[in-house]
Amino acid sequence: MTEAARTPYDPADEVPMDHTVGRDLFSKFDPLINERQALLDTGVRDPFALVMEKVHSPTLATINAKKTILLGTYNYMGMTFDPDVIAAGKRALDEYGSGTTGSRVLNGTYQGHKECEEALKEFYGTRHAMVFSTGYQANLGLMSTIAGKEDYIILDADSHASIYDGCALGNAQIVRFRHNSVEDLEKRLRRLPPEGGRLVVLEGVYSMLGDIAPLKEMVAVAKAAGAMIVVDEAHGMGFFGKHGRGVFEEAGVEDDIDFVVGTFSKSVGTVGGFVVSNHPKFDVMRLVCRPYVFTASLPPSVVATAATSIRKLMHAGNKRGHLWENSRRLHLGLRELGFTLATPEAQSAIIAVLLPDQNTTVRMWQALLEQGVYVNMARPPATPAGMYLLRCSLCADHTDEQVGQILGMFEAAGRATGCIA
Amino acid sequence: MTDRDETFAKVAELIEPFNKKDIQLTEATTFAGDLEWDSLIVMDFVASVEDEFDILITMNMQAEIESVGQLVDAVENLRNEE
Repeated sequence: MTEAARTPYDPADEVPMDHTVGRDLFSKFDPLINERQALLDTGVRDPFALVMEKVHSPTLATINAKKTILLGTYNYMGMTFDPDVIAAGKRALDEYGSGTTGSRVLNGTYQGHKECEEALKEFYGTRHAMVFSTGYQANLGLMSTIAGKEDYIILDADSHASIYDGCALGNAQIVRFRHNSVEDLEKRLRRLPPEGGRLVVLEGVYSMLGDIAPLKEMVAVAKAAGAMIVVDEAHGMGFFGKHGRGVFEEAGVEDDIDFVVGTFSKSVGTVGGFVVSNHPKFDVMRLVCRPYVFTASLPPSVVATAATSIRKLMHAGNKRGHLWENSRRLHLGLRELGFTLATPEAQSAIIAVLLPDQNTTVRMWQALLEQGVYVNMARPPATPAGMYLLRCSLCADHTDEQVGQILGMFEAAGRATGCIA
Repeated sequence: MTDRDETFAKVAELIEPFNKKDIQLTEATTFAGDLEWDSLIVMDFVASVEDEFDILITMNMQAEIESVGQLVDAVENLRNEE
């Protein structure tokens, strides 16, 4: 190999592989490649290849040289541009450098990681907190480590991919129950053999439709069956419950939850994941949890921004109030325009608009972008029951004026694409 | 009818609402290949089989079950364990 002599890539130079033996491992993706190409050939933009050219605030970015309102970022509490948060990150960059280059259990635990875990313990009022490099890894780590071959994980069918992947990484027996069905959960718990541990996995807010779990009833059923309980509060942290801990706090079941999983990439406004717990042996996880041990820890600037943001979220009552106002107003406004929404009223800060098929959904998504508002497009298999949807997530920093503009844009785009009459 | 025949008949009955292409069911009929079921249909169907026979078919077991015959065997085994 003469690396230095390489010329820039030219597709014309591509030589197809000879597959007299073996085959192209990419051929299994041909149906998806063809489906995507057929969609793009109709002239629409690729909804999964968008670039934010500039980001001006938690609610405004430049996309295709156009100022665009952000309505699909999970930046619920608008902390990404908070001056205190940014100052803390800059200070940590100066004092600790750009990265740790190491695992949490070797050279990758800095003062900032401990301070971030202290902030979490205070926020949740728990004895233990463990910070992971992403929320995905927090679920991957907890599910794969805590339940062994003889144990059972009982999970909601609509659980996030990170929960499923954590189960796949571990060796436990996996049982699913129908989404949000207390009766279905109870039936399955009753059918479990008496031997083996039990872990029931719930989410406060389900991110695709923005619906919340009946945690009070589910936790009662799970506890009665002797199960340990984990609640993922990725989409509930910051604005549910008296302290903003999540749906489980609002449901009044804090004392019965064994583990809370969360993320820094939504309300906290940076990246990272965590698990908090009161279990006296929880800290052993730091030694046995592979997605914690075998990866580099978060950069110092990230944990500094996270810790500052978490502490500010403890006293964010006004922001919470405004986020709920925005969510209810958007939900009501879209309903009045004639859109079909996934929940009868705003149960969280996620408002999901249901559309009939992929083509209509992409056209509506693009029409909204042209109007000047960005939302998430979601499609199977990420969505439940084969749904196509445009998912909106509100921010506490969306102004009343912006919510009005958003509704106007939905009306125009909806009429232009025939989604509403 | 033997117990197994009865189980097969019951499983076939549970498949019907999801058998959109009216595939003739045999022991060898596969869920992914012949019936062209995706993961969402599998979830619904498995839940209905579990509730009908009052058993649990874990996702670990589901990974090993490809055909109707294999499912009937699994259901029979699970019922006999009780």
